[in-house]
Amino acid sequence: MARARTRSRLRARRSRMPGSHPRRRRPPIVELRDATVVYPGGHVGLERVSISIDRGEFVFLVGPTGCGKSTFIKLLLRDLEPASGTVRVAGKDINEMPRSKVPLLRRRIGTVFQDFKLLPNRTVYDNVAYALQVIGTPRSEIKRQVPEILRMVGLGAKIHNYPDELSGGEQQRVSVARAFVSHPPLLLADEPTGNLDPETSIGIMQLLYRINRTGTTVVVVTHDREMVDKMRRRVIQLHDGRVIRDQAAGMYATDEDTSEFGARVRSEMGVAEPDDEGGGALL
Amino acid sequence: MRRLPFFLGEAYRALRRNAAPSLAAIVTIAVTVLLVGVLVPVLDASGSKTEDVRSQLELKVFLFDDASKQEIANLEDRIGRIPHVERVEYVSPAAALKILEEDLEDRSLLDELNSNPLPPAFNVKADDPDNLESVQTALSPPSSAGKPQPISPAIDEIVTGEQTTQIREVTGAVKILLAVIAVLLAVASLFLVGNTIRLSIYARRREVEVMQLVGATNWFIRWPFVIEGLVVGLFGALIAVGILFLGKVTIVDPLSDNFALVENLNTISFAPLVAALVAGAMVVAALGSGVTLRRFLRI
Repeated sequence: MARARTRSRLRARRSRMPGSHPRRRRPPIVELRDATVVYPGGHVGLERVSISIDRGEFVFLVGPTGCGKSTFIKLLLRDLEPASGTVRVAGKDINEMPRSKVPLLRRRIGTVFQDFKLLPNRTVYDNVAYALQVIGTPRSEIKRQVPEILRMVGLGAKIHNYPDELSGGEQQRVSVARAFVSHPPLLLADEPTGNLDPETSIGIMQLLYRINRTGTTVVVVTHDREMVDKMRRRVIQLHDGRVIRDQAAGMYATDEDTSEFGARVRSEMGVAEPDDEGGGALL
Repeated sequence: MRRLPFFLGEAYRALRRNAAPSLAAIVTIAVTVLLVGVLVPVLDASGSKTEDVRSQLELKVFLFDDASKQEIANLEDRIGRIPHVERVEYVSPAAALKILEEDLEDRSLLDELNSNPLPPAFNVKADDPDNLESVQTALSPPSSAGKPQPISPAIDEIVTGEQTTQIREVTGAVKILLAVIAVLLAVASLFLVGNTIRLSIYARRREVEVMQLVGATNWFIRWPFVIEGLVVGLFGALIAVGILFLGKVTIVDPLSDNFALVENLNTISFAPLVAALVAGAMVVAALGSGVTLRRFLRI
């Protein structure tokens, strides 16, 4: 009780202080306040973590295995509930919504995972279409949008293949297409390049970068330090469930377009230009 | 309902793409339904046969020859009011003689009689053979001396039918046995079908997880599975019904032409049996799908 009162007083004070945070009309897309997650068995996933991510940001979440990165993702999808603290998405406390509304939350958040999580029994087209069918998009819309997004991720030619007929990078592109086809305001990627080679990884990051440029907030969980350094974006570092660094990257690169971005990252990582597979369709 | 075509399409896709587990489920259901389809009529027939035998059990109340019409009428009324008495039937000496005549092969025996030696009697039926005893006690309650005393001076003797007690016990045991078999069969079918369906869904639990991840509501995920269950149940039951029909035409029907025993069997007829089997299989399979899914949906 007392804690809650203190918290609300703090919040009030913060909103009155103009200097610390620039005034915004819309609440941050993601806001964790003192969120603590305790797994059954006593393991602490996150400990009093406060993170605020604004709309349109591109954020990396880094740290060693077991530091709480995946817990963070699960928290935002309400796959987990915090033991204490609040989790807000677009200003709404997601742990106050009834369970039946959780699917609605998830429709507003695109997700990409290390293991792709594609439906094995469906073609590329159907996998992407499913995300639209779920939200009740009319068939004609689906027929228009799905090929379009698949062309955007460079899979226009593999629309009727099944996931097991694709390479890892291609599968991840399908998964990105599925996450983005409904144009959610927030996209979460949990180790999206964990299973991929450096060149393919750059392709995926380039894709996420492009999505970010459409205004979608992108949060990428990774332990690929090199990639993070080259991307020059905000980095939040977790260790043992706590935030130990939140660098709002002063070294943000100026407004690169997607191809400039790809070229720079490639050259800095010493990876050759792609021949024409996938990446070309992006530009 | 707007989404019905989509759900039907999803169910069809699942059946086609998971042909092996679906087929396993269909075969399991077919075998189970076949078993039920054979055993239900058999159990039912045995049950009704047992009931037949039991219903023939009765008390015979023999009266003195000189009982007056008034006494007989009064007594019939009194017996009829005894609890558990279902029916009282008066058998006059003339009627008794006729019955005897019909039972005898050699009727000339009766010609030797110059008068009717048979006494008037009542046949008393209880609502359940197990209650015959209490009816008998009511007809001749023990007197103060401890000896049974008939309620009317017109009563000569009260006789329980031949081997009433043994028949009662045996048929009672048979009834319990049949009930136990029926329950076991029902439970086994439920588990068998439920388990098979559970396995086929279990193989796809990751799929359910992915569907939830992209924001599918629980019913959006569940409907295709339920429809799939309905279809699997329908196909399984149809196969079983086909085999049952063949069996009926090739084995049971010729038998019942030749044997009165089979023909007289008083059991459920084919059409309602088939309807019940198909409906039952579909409901169990669909429920099995829906309920199994609950666990993966974590509601």
